[in-house]
Amino acid sequence: MGPMKKSLLILAAAAVLLAWIMLRHPSTANRDRVLQLHPAPDFSLTDLTGQKLALSGYRGKVVLLDFWATWCDPCKAEIPHFVEMQNRYRPQGLQVIGISMDDDEQLARDFRQRFKMNYPVAMGNPQLAEQYGGILGLPITFAIDREGRIVSRHIGATDPSVFETEIRKLLGVPPS
Amino acid sequence: MKVFRDSRWILVALVLVCGFGLQGARAADSTSLKTLTSEELVRALQHPHAKPLLFHVGSHMLYLQAHIPGSEYLGAGSTEQGIQNLRRRVGGLPKSTAIVLYCGCCPWSHCPNVNPPYETLQQMGFTNVKVLYLANNFGADWVDKGYPVAKGE
Repeated sequence: MGPMKKSLLILAAAAVLLAWIMLRHPSTANRDRVLQLHPAPDFSLTDLTGQKLALSGYRGKVVLLDFWATWCDPCKAEIPHFVEMQNRYRPQGLQVIGISMDDDEQLARDFRQRFKMNYPVAMGNPQLAEQYGGILGLPITFAIDREGRIVSRHIGATDPSVFETEIRKLLGVPPS
Repeated sequence: MKVFRDSRWILVALVLVCGFGLQGARAADSTSLKTLTSEELVRALQHPHAKPLLFHVGSHMLYLQAHIPGSEYLGAGSTEQGIQNLRRRVGGLPKSTAIVLYCGCCPWSHCPNVNPPYETLQQMGFTNVKVLYLANNFGADWVDKGYPVAKGE
């Protein structure tokens, strides 16, 4: 076999190896495609202050829907950034909503106060989680546009700059 | 010949990149837990006579959405209640009983629920305890990969 053929063979093998690695998580990618740009499932819950919390009530706003829990370290790291973003972009129409996946509501209440969460937080449930494709690991945050469509789903700890860039774009705020 | 040498380096680089990518999550495990992979667990559960006891030690909310068929929910391993439930459940069992713990609430290196029950079982003298290694979470590493799932209680 000539050197050219050998090198082509090696490159082909490398390509196959890469393709195999990239295709190891097809279901997650499929689930994202199914959710993206589809209407975010509406829900009606009571938040931790006793107020009604319905996603449909925020139509016209850009919504960050954050599934979190007090036992989840990456969630706890993200929440101060959400508080800051809620403050900064509220006038432009950002609404952060927290859904706690804790088993114990009191833990979520205490956490909300301690972290001075300035956005509504409600307790989640398996049915709601199912509607959003299963919340089988935290944190998971959905970005929802002004028309109520899911634009993206972020799984695991996400750099705040990713959210910021996405939110500014959805709000129509020029990049900083 | 030069082309061959170049492509050989490309291949080496690709293999190294992929290798580190796959190893990275594993390296995040800084504890001394004995682990098993999803494939190993599936094989173990298919064994007709030597199935391990399988305990879910994560949050109840996650368990209700999806769990491994045949697993028992004991409560979050990071809570006192979860540890009490575990002690009660294994109280009369032979110390050689095969036990597998799993959670998958969050990335492996951040999971608060597997270490405390693992250490409890070690302290109680159990000699055959392993933790299911889930690099990212139960959804990505078990459900999305098509392994068997049950819902509800």
